[in-house]
Amino acid sequence: MTTAPLAAGDVLGPSTFTITRADLVAYAEASGDHNPIHQDEDVARSVGLPGVIAHGMYTLALVGRAVAEWTGGAEVVDLGAKFTSPVVVPAEGGAEVVVGGTVKSVADGLVTLALEVTCGGQKVLGMPKAVVKEPAGA
Amino acid sequence: MPVDPSLVGREFPAPAPLTVTAERVAAFASAVGHPGDPLASVPPTFPIVLAFDAMAAFLDAEAIDLHRIVHGEQRFAYERPLAIGDELSATLTVTGLRQIGGADIIATSSELTDATGAVVCTGRATLVHSSGAEAAQ
Repeated sequence: MTTAPLAAGDVLGPSTFTITRADLVAYAEASGDHNPIHQDEDVARSVGLPGVIAHGMYTLALVGRAVAEWTGGAEVVDLGAKFTSPVVVPAEGGAEVVVGGTVKSVADGLVTLALEVTCGGQKVLGMPKAVVKEPAGA
Repeated sequence: MPVDPSLVGREFPAPAPLTVTAERVAAFASAVGHPGDPLASVPPTFPIVLAFDAMAAFLDAEAIDLHRIVHGEQRFAYERPLAIGDELSATLTVTGLRQIGGADIIATSSELTDATGAVVCTGRATLVHSSGAEAAQ
């Protein structure tokens, strides 16, 4: 957890998370997104995907998790990304997602983070962005 | 089959409001491993639970199969953090539609409002719909 004030150029993370099929089942239950492309290999392949893929929102939730860990739970005012490359989750083991960040700017009480999110060395999110309120008392 | 181009500008409300309960937030936080006390700090992507309901209402109304949808982009802008006890309503608006390589790229914006009508969060999403013909393999 970051306790020092955040300043432009600060490097945050990287944080590594493993996504398993069981995680996708739990996420489907908790989020209500039961799209079978996140559970069923045959359905995923039938629509042209390489296999079962993680919910884009699961990957984005991991970004939210990393940002919370780095900033001590700072209030998020903007969070988003393009899901440019699917995170394929194998039946055995899991997919490893790495979230790295840099403080791009600190201005008017807002901290803008530049992020890089990869799986197997390949970027999976396009233009990921998070803006948080500058942690109070930091 | 491509999506009806006259959809742009149409609104689709989520069928019911969502009450942000401790149980739902705790389950969501646990599923994504969000740190800290979820009851004090709701995970920032939690609004997708209601935005998804609005999207499902849209897909149902247009007879679009969920499994032909891949999430292309999602961005949230928050006016304030969500709090336990919030009763949120959502309305999805189709903001754009184009075709790329046989897929429909559907741009949407979902506004989440609280019981007073104040906007809590706006979610902009792009949904990629593959009609199936080209995906036969």
